[in-house]
Amino acid sequence: MKLTIQVNEGPYQHQSADTAYYFAKAALEKGHEIFRVFFYHDGVNNGTRLTTPPQDDRNIVNRWSELAQEHNIDMVLCVAAAQRRGIVDDGEAERNGKDTTNIAPGFRISGLGQLVEGGIQSDRLIVFGD
Amino acid sequence: MAMLHVVNKSPYDACNLNTASSIMKEGDQLLLIEDGVYGAMKNAKAESLLNGLKVSVLGPDLAARGISQDKLVDGIDVVDYAGFVDLVEANDKVQSWL
Repeated sequence: MKLTIQVNEGPYQHQSADTAYYFAKAALEKGHEIFRVFFYHDGVNNGTRLTTPPQDDRNIVNRWSELAQEHNIDMVLCVAAAQRRGIVDDGEAERNGKDTTNIAPGFRISGLGQLVEGGIQSDRLIVFGD
Repeated sequence: MAMLHVVNKSPYDACNLNTASSIMKEGDQLLLIEDGVYGAMKNAKAESLLNGLKVSVLGPDLAARGISQDKLVDGIDVVDYAGFVDLVEANDKVQSWL
């Protein structure tokens, strides 16, 4: 089964960023394919490399980055949501005149069309959020 | 065409479970996760909503809230994350009642 996962909630907010991650991991362990994880609304905060949670807490951002790299998963942050919340990659820094970037490894910034395509190309679209 | 309905809000906090349970069709499946697991408790607010429905609840979220399985409405299936994935596969569509 091919899956697209939508995450609408930021890390350390309620529980959905964790639920989505554990669901993704379980799906991969069962041999399913994750076509894309699309981060929307506050979910884009899952993709900033500048978070520093306490050492005895889970690192939600790094966990996503590692999952993306281990399984070659396309992780997309919604561009309009990212701009509002200050999540920046090289292209956005240049376009909007920002002096730095903060996007975490394994993520990229793109548009809502990526969510639509994920829904079309996948067998199931599952939404996690608050 | 079976649908998996996912509810993640407590019935004490929101009316998502009322909406989901009233809209579910024959053959559909309900999965309670996160604070939604409070909806699976016996002798509690939402018990009557579950009559006649196929109901599963996410075990790790029960454990995180200290709810033991003997507190659940009879006939509810407790699943882990792998079971969650199986439910997604077994149903044609997934509706999250956020």
